[in-house]
Amino acid sequence: MSTSTKTADDALAQSAKDERVRKEPIIKKLLTRPELGSVSGALMVFIFFAIVAGDSGMFSADGILNWSTVSAQLGILAIGACLLMISGEFDLSIGSMIGFAGMMIAIPALYWGWPVWSCILFAFAGSMFIGFLIGLIVVRTGLPSFIVSLAFLFILRGLTIALSILFTNKTIVSGVKEVAEGDILAAAFGGEIGGWFFNWLAQVGWIETYSDNTPIVTGIPMVIVWFLLLATIASFVLLKTPYGNWIFASGGDAKAAKNVGVPTDKVKISLFMFTAFCATVFAACQVFEFGSAAADRGLLKEFEAIIAVVIGGALLTGGYGSVIGACFGALIFGVVQMGIFFTGADSDWFRVFLGIMLLAAVLFNNFIRKRVTGS
Amino acid sequence: MSEYILELKKVSRYFGSVIALKDIDMKIKLGEVHCLLGDNGAGKSTLIKILAGVHEPSDGEFLLNDKPTGFDSPRDALDSGIATVYQDLALVNLMSVTRNFFMGREITKKWGPFTIFDTKKGNEIARAGLAEMGIDVRDPEHSIGTMSGGERQCLAIARAIHFGAKVLILDEPTAALGVKQSANVLKVVARAKARGLAVILITHNVHHAYPVADRFTLLNRGKSLGSWLKSEVSREEILEMMAGGQELANLEAELAEFTRADAG
Repeated sequence: MSTSTKTADDALAQSAKDERVRKEPIIKKLLTRPELGSVSGALMVFIFFAIVAGDSGMFSADGILNWSTVSAQLGILAIGACLLMISGEFDLSIGSMIGFAGMMIAIPALYWGWPVWSCILFAFAGSMFIGFLIGLIVVRTGLPSFIVSLAFLFILRGLTIALSILFTNKTIVSGVKEVAEGDILAAAFGGEIGGWFFNWLAQVGWIETYSDNTPIVTGIPMVIVWFLLLATIASFVLLKTPYGNWIFASGGDAKAAKNVGVPTDKVKISLFMFTAFCATVFAACQVFEFGSAAADRGLLKEFEAIIAVVIGGALLTGGYGSVIGACFGALIFGVVQMGIFFTGADSDWFRVFLGIMLLAAVLFNNFIRKRVTGS
Repeated sequence: MSEYILELKKVSRYFGSVIALKDIDMKIKLGEVHCLLGDNGAGKSTLIKILAGVHEPSDGEFLLNDKPTGFDSPRDALDSGIATVYQDLALVNLMSVTRNFFMGREITKKWGPFTIFDTKKGNEIARAGLAEMGIDVRDPEHSIGTMSGGERQCLAIARAIHFGAKVLILDEPTAALGVKQSANVLKVVARAKARGLAVILITHNVHHAYPVADRFTLLNRGKSLGSWLKSEVSREEILEMMAGGQELANLEAELAEFTRADAG
């Protein structure tokens, strides 16, 4: 054994000074990073709106808070959709899941008299079970997840409306804020942090205040905290853990991965559960922010999340992508959506922009894939 | 302890009414390249799958180190030191050399309370493993999409060896390769043998098999025509015995007919 290691070391030393190895230009290396498109896209978007809408209040404290909240909301969904897409699957039921999870919080809290924290746990358990079910159907039947989750898009939306009418006779359930008063778990989704910091900023005059001396920004909403937290964890898991390697392997070539012992079915099911988890975080933040749940919440969010992920450099076919990229995709989304609002342009233009952005991103990703696979 | 690590005694495998394999005898010795020859449909794939733990034999005995054994799963076979490199290699083109090398069996280290994928050490091991196969990896974090077929084959073999394979089953390793790359892969086979591994080489190309093999087993229509040491049999005799032998003779005769017709 010692001799073999020795030859290995020799060979290693030899290869280290191989004259055929040359340094690749940094630009070329950067070009193979999945994040490149969305990071440079975000930069361009910022520069564009700094010029066009620089004096409209978009980059004042409350303006920044505004578009970062919108970005964070979508970002939370995009993180789940991103990992799932890298593992080679889709979930089109995210949007409907938001409406369903919101009702799972609001109805027990208001009509059944459950303590709010237990409603939140119930919503998480319920939606993750549905995620598990979708995943199980996908891996057991081998049907495309596109079809299975499309079915759940309709099933869940229909259930949300039918059940909320059955239990409450309404499709909008409001009054959650009152019952959530003083509930710690509710505050973890609907609250704010860093209030003292913004008070201090207002005192020294760095941010504006209302006439009664309260700062116009009172704290960072928990949705942004959740976004940053989930982005960090998901990115760490994807890039640094064995499980992350399995995600790439499952999406890159599920058969190959299975042959070397990667539990691809478990990986995929767990990621369907994670997307459902992310949808529920989104739903909880929204319910406690607005104080209400509505059956039509989250409409079309599944597509927005997928667009953010694709802009972020993930391949629709799986096996390649980046959580950081998806987060920047969501940022582009939020900035443009709010930027168009701030510039006073017709918001219909936002959709035109989205479509063009999506096309450009996919073309760019195809180019990157060809570079990476050498085909 | 017998001199054979693996032994098949009268192994058969049926799929419903189809007899895929009938009464196969085969002996695998460490430090030997055992070449499994046969035309398409001879039962080579079924035989490998039995060895690799995908199928269980319907009949007969399967001895590992003289002990009767049955594998429940490919994982089981792998844990017993029998590694199979299939034609599709079980590699993911979009992933890096290191990520492929450790796919499913990631090398880890502790990082605070977390167990993380040790990419730094992994890079070193993957690079060294491939260097031993005579391949310089420019950057182990580079995706393998740009590697040649031969290099990928070597990566799959290096991976199997690193994870403690004692018996290495190679399924048509030269089928999709050019002349030079085939030679490279055969060199790797010779190296694996020199390290004391038993190699089972499946092919229908006698010209590739003959130079490296020590022992031959011929399959034809689900039955074994027998096993020979290299000293007992010539390349032509093997060709003759394979189903193609007679066919090739006919073909030659036919071609001769054509040339005569042309000349006339």
